[in-house]
Amino acid sequence: MLDLVKTPVATDDVLKVEGLKAYYQMNYFGVRREVRAVDDVTLTIKRNEIYGIAGESSSGKSSLIKTIAGAITPPLRVVEGSVKFDFGGETLDVYGEPQRMKGARWQNLSYIMQGSMNVLNPVRKVKHAFHDFAFRHMGLSEREFRAKVEQHLKRIGLDPRVLESFPHQLSGGMRQRLTIALATVCEPDFIIADEPTTALDVLVQQDVLALIKDIQQRMGASIIFVTHDMTVHAAISDRIGIVYAGRLVEEGPTLDVFQRPQHPYTAHLIASLPRLGDKTRRSALPGKPPNLADPPSGCRFHPRCPLAIDKCKSGNPPLENRLSGRVACWRAGEVVAA
Amino acid sequence: MFKILRDLLRYNREFAIGFVLTLGIFLFALAHFWAPMPDSAIYLLPPDMPPSAQYWFGTTSRGQDVLWQMSSAIWNTMLFGITVTILSRLLAVAVGMISGYLGGKWDEALMTLNDTMIALPNIPILLLVYFVMRDSMSWPVLAATAALLGWNYDARLIRSVTLSLRTREFTRHAVFAGMSVPQILIRQHLPYVMPVIFFTAMNNLIWAIGLEVTLSVLGFSDINRPTIGGMIYWANQHQAIIAGIWWWIAFPIVAIVLLFLGLFLLAISVNEYIDPRSRLSRMGV
Amino acid sequence: MDGFAKYLVRRLFQFFLVIFLGVSLAFVITKLSPVDPVEQSVSLMTNFGATDPRAVELMREALQELYGLKGSMIEQYLGFWGRVLQGDFGPSLSSFPTPVMSLIVSALPWTVGLLTLALIITWTLGNLLGALAGYYRNNTLLKLSGAAIMALHPVPAYIIGLVLLLAFGFIWPVLPISGGAQMNLQPAFSFDYIRSLILHGTLPALTLVLVGIGSWFISMRSLVSNIVTDDHVVYAELGGVSSSKIFSQYVARNALLPQLTGLALSLGNVFGGAVITEFLFNYPGVGRLLIQGIYRGDYSLVLGVTTMSIVAVAVAVFIIDLIYPLIDPRVRHG
Ligand SMILES: Nc1ncnc2c1ncn2[C@@H]1O[C@H](COP(=O)(O)OP(=O)(O)OP(=O)(O)O)[C@@H](O)[C@H]1O
Ligand code: SF4
Ligand SMILES: [Mg+2]
Repeated sequence: MLDLVKTPVATDDVLKVEGLKAYYQMNYFGVRREVRAVDDVTLTIKRNEIYGIAGESSSGKSSLIKTIAGAITPPLRVVEGSVKFDFGGETLDVYGEPQRMKGARWQNLSYIMQGSMNVLNPVRKVKHAFHDFAFRHMGLSEREFRAKVEQHLKRIGLDPRVLESFPHQLSGGMRQRLTIALATVCEPDFIIADEPTTALDVLVQQDVLALIKDIQQRMGASIIFVTHDMTVHAAISDRIGIVYAGRLVEEGPTLDVFQRPQHPYTAHLIASLPRLGDKTRRSALPGKPPNLADPPSGCRFHPRCPLAIDKCKSGNPPLENRLSGRVACWRAGEVVAA
Repeated sequence: MFKILRDLLRYNREFAIGFVLTLGIFLFALAHFWAPMPDSAIYLLPPDMPPSAQYWFGTTSRGQDVLWQMSSAIWNTMLFGITVTILSRLLAVAVGMISGYLGGKWDEALMTLNDTMIALPNIPILLLVYFVMRDSMSWPVLAATAALLGWNYDARLIRSVTLSLRTREFTRHAVFAGMSVPQILIRQHLPYVMPVIFFTAMNNLIWAIGLEVTLSVLGFSDINRPTIGGMIYWANQHQAIIAGIWWWIAFPIVAIVLLFLGLFLLAISVNEYIDPRSRLSRMGV
Repeated sequence: MDGFAKYLVRRLFQFFLVIFLGVSLAFVITKLSPVDPVEQSVSLMTNFGATDPRAVELMREALQELYGLKGSMIEQYLGFWGRVLQGDFGPSLSSFPTPVMSLIVSALPWTVGLLTLALIITWTLGNLLGALAGYYRNNTLLKLSGAAIMALHPVPAYIIGLVLLLAFGFIWPVLPISGGAQMNLQPAFSFDYIRSLILHGTLPALTLVLVGIGSWFISMRSLVSNIVTDDHVVYAELGGVSSSKIFSQYVARNALLPQLTGLALSLGNVFGGAVITEFLFNYPGVGRLLIQGIYRGDYSLVLGVTTMSIVAVAVAVFIIDLIYPLIDPRVRHG
C-alpha cells in the first residue's frame, strides 16, 4: 500500500490536537442533555499550511474550531484530550495554561469567528477595536501604531477612514474585511477562521479568499479554515479534513481528497459539487444528519451510507493512515468517485 | 400545567419560596370567612391590648383584633389587585394584539397613544380622580381607574409577540381559510401570547397591590373597608407610633412585605421559566 | 443627519401629544366628577360660619368665575388651556389668597432638588451594581446585595419610608423625620443651613433610592448578562482585552444606552414615589402640596399641581430624549 505521508518533523507542527472531546452539557429543570459536538478528534497542522475543515451544517465544525481556539463558553466543555500549539519552539497548552494562553492571543494566535459581522462593538468607533486588541502587542508609539494600522487596512483594500466610523455605518463586506484586518494586524503565527466568507456575495468572497491567501503567504502563518463550501476549499486549502457528526472521518491533501475520496461521505460531498457542462441532477444524500445528542452506534454515517455493512452498526472505524491521508471507514477506498 | 408547577417547585428555589409564601398568605386571608366577628365591627374588644395568647397580634385602639383585621385586609387588598390585573390584561391584550396584527397606520397610532400614556404620571392622576369623586369613590371605581393606567408597558410586549406571529405560515393559512380577524387573534395567536400575559400579570398584580396600599395609607379609598393600607391609615390617625401601639403597624408591614416578596419571587422565576435567554444562563451550572 | 432629524421630529411630536392629552385628561376628569367643586368649596367655607345666603350666592359666582366653570363645555375647555399656558390656576382656597402658581413655584425647588439627587444616586448605583452583578456572576458579595435590593424592589414607597421613619426617628432617633430644613434657620449659604438641608433630605432621599434602585438593578443585570454573550464581547475576551476594559467599554457602555431610555420612561413613576415620600416626611415639595390640597378640599390647588406635574414630567422626558442622541451614535448618525 502506498503511504505518502511525510514523517512530520517535530518543530514543523504548529498545532497538535489529541483525542479531543468537547460536549455541550446542559441541565435545566432536571433534564440532562449532552451534545457530543466534538468527539475524539486528533489532528496536526504544519507551519505555513492552510488546513480546511468541511462538513455539513451542524456537524460540529464550529465547535471543533472554537475548542481549538480556546473560545468555548458553557455549556460547551472540553471533556477529554488536549490542544497544544508550538510557537517558536515553546509549547502552549490551551487548556493547561490559561494565563499564557491569554498572552498569546492576537500575538501568536487570532480567531475570526462565525458570523463575525457583529464582533465589532456597535457603540464605539472601529479604531478603538484595533487599539484594544493589538496595541499592546506591537510595541509602537500611538502614532506609529496608527500609521501601521492604516497601512495594513490599505493593503486589505479598505480606506483608512473606516477607522473613524461606527460599525453600523459600514457594509457587511467592509465589516468582514475589517475583522480579517483585525485578526491579521499583529501578524500572528496562527489564524483560526470560521466561515469568513459565507455571508458575502460571490465577488467579495473571491476578494476575501485571495486576501487570506495573500496574508498567509506574506506572513508565513498557518491557517485553519472552516467552510461547508467545497469549492472554497478547492481554491484555498492545502489539506482538508472532513467532519461528520462530530468526528473527523477523512483527511488529506486537497487535491488527493478531491480526486480520490476514500470515505463514502467525502465521495458524496464531492460528487454533489456542480460541474461545468454537467446537466444531470446530483443525487441528494438520503436520510437526515444525525442527532448529536443521541448519535448512531458504530460508524455514525451508517444509516445513510450506501456501502454500510453489519460491522458498521456495531464497530466505530478508527481513523487510520491511508494513501496520502487518513480515513475512518471499514470499507475505505471502495468508493468510486463519481 | 401541573407538571410545570411540579418542575418549578422542585428545581427552582425562588419559585418554591415564593409559592409557599404566597400560598401561606392566601390561606391566612381566606381564614377571614371564619372570623369570629365581622370585620367592620369597632370597639367590640378592649382597645390597645398588646399581643397575647388571646389576641395573637394584639388589638387596635378602635377595639379590633389585629389578626382578624389583617386577614380581611389582605383578602380585600388581593381582590383589588386581581381585579386591576384582569381588567388591565384585557386592555393590554386587546391593544397589543390589534396593534401587532393590523400593523401600519393602526399600529403607529395605537403605539403613539400607548407611549403617551406611559409618560403620564399615575399617582397625580389617580389622586385627581379620587379628589373629584370623593365619597362616591368605591373600590371597583378605583380598580377601574388603576386598570386604565396600568396596561401600557405590557401592551407593547404583547404587540411585539403578535408582530412576529403575523408573518408566520399558519396565519396566512388562516387568512386564506377565511377566518375573521378576531377569530385568528383568539384561536391562532392567543395561545402564543399567553405566556407573556401570564408573566406581565404577575408584575401588574404587584404594581396594583402597591398602588392600593399607597392610596389607602393616605386614606384615599373606602376607609371603612379593611385593607392593609387602611390599617396603617387608622393607626396613623390614632398616633399608634407615638402611643407605642407598635403591633398595629408592625404586623401589617410584615404581612405586606412577605406578600410582595412572595409575589415577586413567583414573578421572576416564572419569567425565567418563560424566557429562553435567562434559561441559557442557568444551563451552564 | 436625516435619521437624527426624524428622531427629533418624532420626539417633539410625542412631547406635544403628551402635554395635549395630559391636560385634556385633567380637564375631563374634573368634568366626570359627580361632585360640584363650587358646591364643595362653598360648603367647606360655610362650615366656618359665613352663612348669609346672599354672601353664599356671591361666593358661588366668584368661585365659578375663578375655577373657569362658566359658559359652555368648549369655552370652559379653551379657558382651561388659557390658564395652563399662562400658568394661572387662580388663588388657593386653603391658603387664600395666595395664587396656586406661587405655591407651586415655591415648592418646586424642593421637589426638583430631592428628585434629581435621588434619581442620580439611584440610577448610578442601581446600574453600577446591576452591571457588576451581571458581569461577575459568581461574586458572593454582589449576589447578596442583589438579593437584598430585589427583595426591597416590590415594596411600595410608603412602606419603605415608614420603616425608615420608625427606625431612624423613633427606635434610633438620629435623623430629622419632618420638614425640609430646621424651622428656625434662615435659608442662606451657611454651613448650618446646608447641614440641616442635608440631614432633612437624607431619609426622603434614602426612601426614594431604596424604592427605585431595584428596577435599575434588575434590568441592568439582565441586560448585561445578555450582552456578555454578544459576539463583540466574546470576541474582545478572545482578543485578550483586559476584563476591566471589557466591562466598561464593551458591556456597561452598551447597556447604559437602553437604561437611559428607561430613565425617561420611569420619570412618571418616580414622581409618584416622590409625592408619597414628601407627604410622609412632611417635606415641603409639590407632592406634599398636592396631598394637603386633597385633604383640605382645595380644588384649584389640586388641579393646578396635577396639571403642572403632567407638564413637568413631559418636559423632563423630552430633555432626556434630547440628550440621548449625544450618547448613542446609532441615533446620531441615522
Ligand atoms: N450553544 C449550544 N448549545 C447546545 N448545543 C449547541 C450549541 N451550539 C451548537 N450546538 C449543537 O452542536 C452541534 C454542532 O454545532 P456547530 O455549530 O459546531 O456546527 P457547524 O458544523 O459549525 O454548523 P454550521 O455549518 O451550521 O455552522 C449541533 O448539533 C448544534 O445543535
Ligand atoms: S464505516 Fe461503514 S457505514 Fe461508515 S462510512 Fe464506512 S462503509 Fe459507510
Ligand atoms: Mg459553524
